[in-house]
Amino acid sequence: MSDIGAYQTTTAPHEAGFGDYVQLLKPRVMSLVVFTALVGLLVAPVSLHPVEAFAAILFIALGAGASGALNMWWDADIDAVMARTARRPVPSGRVQAGEALGIGMALSGISIVMLGLATNLVAAGLLAFTIFFYAVVYSMWLKRLTPQNIVIGGAAGAFPPMIGWVAATGSVSIEAALMFALIFMWTPPHFWALALFMKGDYHTAGVPMLTVTHGRKSTRLHVLVYTILLVPVAVGAALTSLGGPFTLAVTVTLNAWFLVGAYRIWNRDEAVAEADKYAVEKAFFRFSLLYLFLHFAAYLVEAALRSFGMGGW
Amino acid sequence: MAFPPTHDLHKRRFSRNLGLGLTLAAFVALVFALTVVKVKRGDPLQGYDHVIQPEAVPQEDAG
Repeated sequence: MSDIGAYQTTTAPHEAGFGDYVQLLKPRVMSLVVFTALVGLLVAPVSLHPVEAFAAILFIALGAGASGALNMWWDADIDAVMARTARRPVPSGRVQAGEALGIGMALSGISIVMLGLATNLVAAGLLAFTIFFYAVVYSMWLKRLTPQNIVIGGAAGAFPPMIGWVAATGSVSIEAALMFALIFMWTPPHFWALALFMKGDYHTAGVPMLTVTHGRKSTRLHVLVYTILLVPVAVGAALTSLGGPFTLAVTVTLNAWFLVGAYRIWNRDEAVAEADKYAVEKAFFRFSLLYLFLHFAAYLVEAALRSFGMGGW
Repeated sequence: MAFPPTHDLHKRRFSRNLGLGLTLAAFVALVFALTVVKVKRGDPLQGYDHVIQPEAVPQEDAG
């Protein structure tokens, strides 16, 4: 009996279930990747065979999951320090760091090669660059170096709709670039609003967050500035072949609302925010999720309307 | 003393093996489906089976 106990004690951290490996791939991030990549692929002027489209979305999501696993491998030390991430598979000891590296590298290779075979080499190249950007440029290099880490990391999250578009068309166009720019410009206000009310332990982990390095007042200004810069990108996208009258109406409404929220965040100080328990910041953060979802949903609806001869410019 | 068959260790190993098995089966099915789609699309196929193919012979310059 004591042998069993000893066996359990020595092997328990290495005996991960399948779900632990799935957690390595950050499934919640993958769901956003699936949605935006699917929209990018469906609104493109060229249509793929359903099996090719399914494979494209699957391997784009798998590539995103692979970069998530590589990120968990590299960031295991800071994940262990922060309460929000301490239960992830690597810091909690359910999966070995080396396993995360191996899975990340293997899935990166499989997803890139398979996307290239299923669609085209440009899409596969973009996926490879996205994984490299997230794992190396963001996670290894800039995340612990600059408080603009969120801005840079946002680029990795912005690539999926562009890859979806390129998987269908074979080339990058203004529409694909604007879908990229929309997520890229949206990420900073989204995350900094979160940082304002989630007083996290980034400081303990040694990750420079804008709220810590530049102060909360400066973060509020950054939220407003990035939201102002986001508006022309969103309106510009609605004026391309992605949009039409319906999309433009949705875009103008969402951006007006978003701007008001950013202005309210900028126009108040910490004392007021603490008094109402960061109600404005929390509302802005919740709305930011809806903001991105509804923009991409609008592109999809516009494409559907176009197919019935109604939407578009 | 043998492990009881329902030991947690077995469950986790089984979940891993089952998950990996199903993932591999799904991967094989997807590669097969992709192959069928790409072959059926009718892109011109050539079998290089020691038969002279006139279209593959370089054209001589006219004149």
